[in-house]
Amino acid sequence: MNYEILLPNSGFKECADFIKKNFKEVYYMPPGFKIFDNYLVGLPPIPLAVDAGDVILPYVKPCHGCFVLRIPGGGEVERLRKGKVGEG
Amino acid sequence: MKALLMMGCPELPVQTAVALYIANKLNNEGFEVTSAGNKAAISLLLNSDPEKHYIKKVMDLDRCIGALAEKEMDFDLCFVFIHSDSGITYLATVRSLSKAKTVAVIFGKDIEPLIESSAGSIIIAAKAVHNPTPLRAQIDGVKSWAALTK
Repeated sequence: MNYEILLPNSGFKECADFIKKNFKEVYYMPPGFKIFDNYLVGLPPIPLAVDAGDVILPYVKPCHGCFVLRIPGGGEVERLRKGKVGEG
Repeated sequence: MKALLMMGCPELPVQTAVALYIANKLNNEGFEVTSAGNKAAISLLLNSDPEKHYIKKVMDLDRCIGALAEKEMDFDLCFVFIHSDSGITYLATVRSLSKAKTVAVIFGKDIEPLIESSAGSIIIAAKAVHNPTPLRAQIDGVKSWAALTK
């Protein structure tokens, strides 16, 4: 998958705050929400942002902590916009 | 009754020992035990128990989260092994996706913030990196895991 790391090796809260602080179009999803063939892991509600056609999301790796990734959005942008579940 | 052992990064040696110890207790109580972890965590378990006396069923951690999210499986009791912030995120995820009673098994050097973040789960916690004895003592303090599922 093509992605850019915006924030490496951090705590989940830092990553969530980074997304909320740096992006305007933010959606909140529950853990287990499927996006890019992955299931979101994290403390609910999990913020994801849409920016310039990309999706920005927190991604947890057990050995390395949490990362904020920017991924080309494709069809996931529309799914996020339709699936908005709250303002957190 | 079904129980899940959910393991993250096995960088602290106590994790594998404690997982085997808990699996044995649960097997003896009649639980069907599934162990989920990343590749390294599962490999350590299987290499420590080559004849599968304790570890009966294993699955990849990501697949486990997916199966819980899709409601393809669920458990009565779920032990989440936690020694870092990542473990807390997996605990929160299991609590969102499963009806299981959750047990936070917390270890490492800096356990206080992890205990705070695990409020709402049953907590088994000890400062432990190499020596599983303090965690074993707490596990032994629970006389029946099955009773907790009722």
